[in-house]
Formats: sequence, C-alpha cells, structure tokens
Amino acid sequence: MMKTTKLQKILVSASAVLCAALFFSPQASAMHIMEGYLNPGWAIAWGVVCVPFVVWGFFSISKSVKQSSKNLVLLAMCGAFAFVLSALKIPSVSGSCSHPTGVGLGAVLFGPSAMSVIGVIILLFQALLLAHGGLSTLGANTFSMAIAGPLVSFGVFKLCKKLGVSSGIAVFFAAALGDLFTYLVTSVQLALDHPDPTGGFLASFSKFAGIFAVTQIPLAICEGLLTVVIYNVLVKYSRKELESLHAL
Amino acid sequence: MKLWKKNLILILAVVIITVIPLLVLPNAEFGGADGEAEAAITEIDPDYKPWFETLLEPASGEIESLLFALQAAIGAGVVGFVLGRITAKSKDKKTAEGHHESD
Repeated sequence: MMKTTKLQKILVSASAVLCAALFFSPQASAMHIMEGYLNPGWAIAWGVVCVPFVVWGFFSISKSVKQSSKNLVLLAMCGAFAFVLSALKIPSVSGSCSHPTGVGLGAVLFGPSAMSVIGVIILLFQALLLAHGGLSTLGANTFSMAIAGPLVSFGVFKLCKKLGVSSGIAVFFAAALGDLFTYLVTSVQLALDHPDPTGGFLASFSKFAGIFAVTQIPLAICEGLLTVVIYNVLVKYSRKELESLHAL
Repeated sequence: MKLWKKNLILILAVVIITVIPLLVLPNAEFGGADGEAEAAITEIDPDYKPWFETLLEPASGEIESLLFALQAAIGAGVVGFVLGRITAKSKDKKTAEGHHESD
C-alpha cells in the first residue's frame, strides 16, 4: 500500500510540474510541416512511401496483441504517452517552442513499425482539430515522426544493448536520438521541396535544420528522460512482458 | 536507489532543462518552430503560396490550448490508468503470496 501512494505522489507531482511548464510557454504553435507548405508532388510522394510502413505496422500490432493480451494494454499506454508528449510545447534555448514526439517508447517495446499506425492517428487528430501539421503534409509528417524516428529509436536501442549498455541508458539514447532524427528528416523534406535559389538543397537544409534541430536538442533530452521514467516503472512491474517483447 | 527517487530526479532534470531557456532568454518570443520554418520558406521562395488550407482552424488561441490540453489529458489519463493497473496487479500478487507464507 505504501508504495502505491508513493507512486501516486510521483504521478501527481509529475503532472503538476508538466502543467507548470505548459503555463510558462506563452505562445501556442510548434512544428510538423504546415498545411499546404509542401508542393503536391512531394506531398503525395511522402504519402505513398508511408503506406507500406503503416500496413506493416498493422500486421506487427496484431501479431504482438495475439501473443499476449497484456501487450494491447502496453501498446495503448505507448500510444497515450506519445499523445501526451506531442501535445506539450516546450520552450527551448533557441528562443522558440517545439514539442517532443513520444514515439521512442513504443518503438523500443513494439518494434519500429507499430508506432507508424499510432503516429498517423496522432497526426490526424492534430491536423483535423488543431490546425497543426496538415492533411496535405500528413504523409511527410508521418514519415518523419512515425517511421524515421521510431526506426532510429529501435536501431539505437538494439545497438546499445549489443554494446552492453544498460537498458535505462539505451532507452534514453533511443528516445532522444529518434526525436532529433525526426526533425532532421523534417528539415530534409522541406529542403528537398524548397531548395535555396543560389545555395541549393544544402543551403536550404542548413537553414531548416538550424530552426528545427537546434530547438529540438534540449527537447530530445527531455523526451529521453521522460521515456526512461516510464520505462523504469515497466522494468519493475512489467518485467515479464518486457522480456517477451525483447525490450529489456 | 528506489524507483520513485530515481524517477523524481529524472523529472526534476526535465523541469530544469525546460525552465533554463526562460531564464536565460527573457526577451525571446518562444513562438513555434514551424512558424519560423514558414518564414524561412517565404524567404527562400518569396512566390510560394500554400496550396492547401486547413479545414478547421481553432476559433482562437484559447480554443487551441483547450484542444491541446484535451489531447494531453486523454493521453495522461490512459497512461495513468495502465500504470495503475500494472503496479496494482503485482502488489496484489505479492500480498497474496505474503498471506500464503504466513499461513
């Protein structure tokens, strides 16, 4: 009983702290590629690229849910975690705000493809209701946040484990680097569509990366730390499931 | 180290990282990075016109923050619910085992 109340205290103080952080950020609006800001050609191309990954994700999810019904509960939590984090616009050292992606946790637990499905759902919610991101840029944003980011997270986690790094630190790097990579991909996508008239792709890329990546560095660290917070709880209370998912 | 202590330290670190920019840059606007990217696109390609408009724009900044808060609340609710279930279950098992031993 004692431990439950302690955990509750942690959860309550954590949410209070996050609320306080939210109040401090005075202006709303963050990242993802804005509606209408990719030319139709690229918008469609990125959408097409996403299709196989999302289909793969559906199969991968139904496979892990069949394995154990507890996986469904964990997957729901990973999705919800990404839902929370992508709603939190956090101030950064660049003097502007952006938000984490939150997809690293799900990628570590359920593999790189599962989060593509969940990412599409989050991006649709934000595009339809919040005018954040957009329908025309859904494909590009899905690719950066729900495919490229999780792939890196998954790869980094496996690599760290192979190198004998402890699970907690592996999860930190997986989530943080996945988050950063998402914004590098966003910068590449924007630079491909909007190359600089004189400097071309590279000049344009460094401009966009300067905006997104610099802002994102501290946020990526935050995302890494918060992902480890949840992961620590899972390691203690859900060890069996983590073992069966090869995520320990 | 106890789990809650470890996690409390991690959360404190997140708070510190979040607050530092506000203290170090008191005059910064803290606008959205996507707004800056929009400006960069217009700078690179002054003739570019967005070819697709958002279907629904939140009526005001207040409504937008309502929807973002709602998104965070739904997510946090589910995360809390699942963590509650996971932690409670293993607790019950432990107490059940404990009773068994005392029998």
